Amino acid sequence: MNAPTLWIIVPIVLGILLLFINNQRVLSLLGGSVAVLLAVMAQFIPIELAMNVGSFSFKIDSSLSVLGRVLLIQPAEGSLLALIYGAAALWFFAAEASKTATRLVPQGFMIIALMVASIAVEPFLYAALFIEMAILIAIPMLTSIYRPPGKGIVRFLIYQTLAMPFILLAGWLLAGVEASPGDLALAAQSGAMLGLGFAFLLAIFPLYNWIPLLLEDTSPYTVGFLLWILPTMTLIFGAGFLDRYSWLRNSSQLILALRFVGLLMVVTGGAFAAFQRHLGRIMAYGSIAETGFAILALSLDLRLGIPILFLLVPARALGLAVWALSLAIIRENVETMRFGKARGVLRLTPLAGTGMVIATLSTGAFPLLAGFPARLALWEGLARVSVGSALWMAIGIIGLLISAFRSLAVISMAEEYTGWEPRESPIQMTMLGLGMIGLFILGLFPQFVQSMLADLPLMFEHLGR
Amino acid sequence: MAITFAWIAVIVIVITSAGLLLRRDWRWSVILLSIQYLAMFVLTLQHWPLGMASVKVVSGWMSAAILGMTRSSLPNESPDEEAAWPRGRLFRLFAAGVVLLIVTVVTPSVDTIMADAGFAVTAGSLLLIGMGLLQLGITTSILRVSIGLMTVLSGFETLYAAVEGSVLVAALLAVINLGLALVGAYLLIAANTQERESA
Repeated sequence: MNAPTLWIIVPIVLGILLLFINNQRVLSLLGGSVAVLLAVMAQFIPIELAMNVGSFSFKIDSSLSVLGRVLLIQPAEGSLLALIYGAAALWFFAAEASKTATRLVPQGFMIIALMVASIAVEPFLYAALFIEMAILIAIPMLTSIYRPPGKGIVRFLIYQTLAMPFILLAGWLLAGVEASPGDLALAAQSGAMLGLGFAFLLAIFPLYNWIPLLLEDTSPYTVGFLLWILPTMTLIFGAGFLDRYSWLRNSSQLILALRFVGLLMVVTGGAFAAFQRHLGRIMAYGSIAETGFAILALSLDLRLGIPILFLLVPARALGLAVWALSLAIIRENVETMRFGKARGVLRLTPLAGTGMVIATLSTGAFPLLAGFPARLALWEGLARVSVGSALWMAIGIIGLLISAFRSLAVISMAEEYTGWEPRESPIQMTMLGLGMIGLFILGLFPQFVQSMLADLPLMFEHLGR
Repeated sequence: MAITFAWIAVIVIVITSAGLLLRRDWRWSVILLSIQYLAMFVLTLQHWPLGMASVKVVSGWMSAAILGMTRSSLPNESPDEEAAWPRGRLFRLFAAGVVLLIVTVVTPSVDTIMADAGFAVTAGSLLLIGMGLLQLGITTSILRVSIGLMTVLSGFETLYAAVEGSVLVAALLAVINLGLALVGAYLLIAANTQERESA
């Protein structure tokens, strides 16, 4: 047995098999349980180390050869796999509550496996091919064949597909830069290619217009899942570039560019969120700001930035899951998620309304919530480097907090004498309740997660040490 | 001899890519796309052995067939198809001319960067990328977007073949091409759902 088979091929095969099951509950439970199992195995079974169970001895190899190339999962990447599959379990268990299990669980498994393959493939620049395959699988997950696709889906397909050629060419050019480090023109060309590739992949300003469009006309839960997995794995893939190329890591221009882009994402995400009149679009801009925070973390001294980047991951996964599930439930009970139609919806979906507001506040670094510890550390680190940048980050955060309070005002603004008529099902209430408790636990006791995340920087050779 | 064939392939690409911009009939689009893949195969042969290069043309033809078969099963006048398609042929011809001019100008420098892939290969691939991007920029029709993306990718694949000869990359790119066609077919069916239901 080898690690790539276990954490890449098995989930892909499982995802294909699950396509034949139509029962939401079975899919949700089965998918969630398998994801938990994969996470537990990744956390506790060491790779490349012989283990004895009674008289039986076994070892999980780290590599698998495919067509002359290698898929390699290093022992240090076990914690990352545990984190990814653990968060996937969360999304899969809650999929039944959002009534999207038939699409989310099978395709979700395939997407996660392909994203893991993108981290595992050697040479690592082939990752762009696996990411593109994940994007193609995401399309049927986002839209039904019985409904015309919106503009957002087409733009998502175009932008994400255009990223692949840039990343592949950049990877090839970077190898040339490594061979002749003095060639500044080649370095600039490869940097530009890489920048464009990641701008498309991470939906950097102004290439993020597909996100609000998608959240207007597609299920928030499936979009939320993609907004969690794609940027998270892409950022880790991007950090891999910094790890491999010392000239890139030590480039002061790149650090400045990352800081500028990160701030642009946080400020535009926060400011646009504050002025939206659609609950889905607010989530879209919230997730854009989240990506901005992660990019900002990469712009800091990487001994500090990489742990912050990993600290942002669980908060993003849980925050987006609660936000997306809340919106999916609200969407069931209103005509559209525009403010005009969502007025007073708190009386129909009290837990979903609360979940949405708490998740928005968490994204906006509200104290005692999951997003707070990582953002506080980021803010502190940024202020040490540049007070102006820290102030811009504050503007983005204020925008996010305003959007949270505006949403709260709208959903609680019911007609006079309107009674409370909760319409959430027990499974929806359970999942939302657990999610919100999780957001408070991550905010109040960040040290619990931090102990789990401590080993993650070891997956890089040079970063975070 | 091989160079002559390569330049003939570039001329074919000029005709097919311009044809894809100008022709509105989907049948012509699918035929032109198939011919474009044949030209791309000739350019790829400059750097890859026959066996590997034929993967490109086979996957390309299969992709074109998927799109063609899907489109043929849909109503003849699809409302989505020409919704945002600039009507003037002259405008599209002018835009194609601009792309051709840009490609002519940048080919020598890109050829130097791409480890001397060959002028014909570089010009052909840049032309495909440029025309594909132009196509993507002027339409929202699912069929045209799919063809545009496939054109951009085929241009990139031709250029990348000059510097990368991995079997895994060839296989994954073929899978992506087919996947793109399947996604295009899926969206094409979805886009026509309402019309079929109301008919």
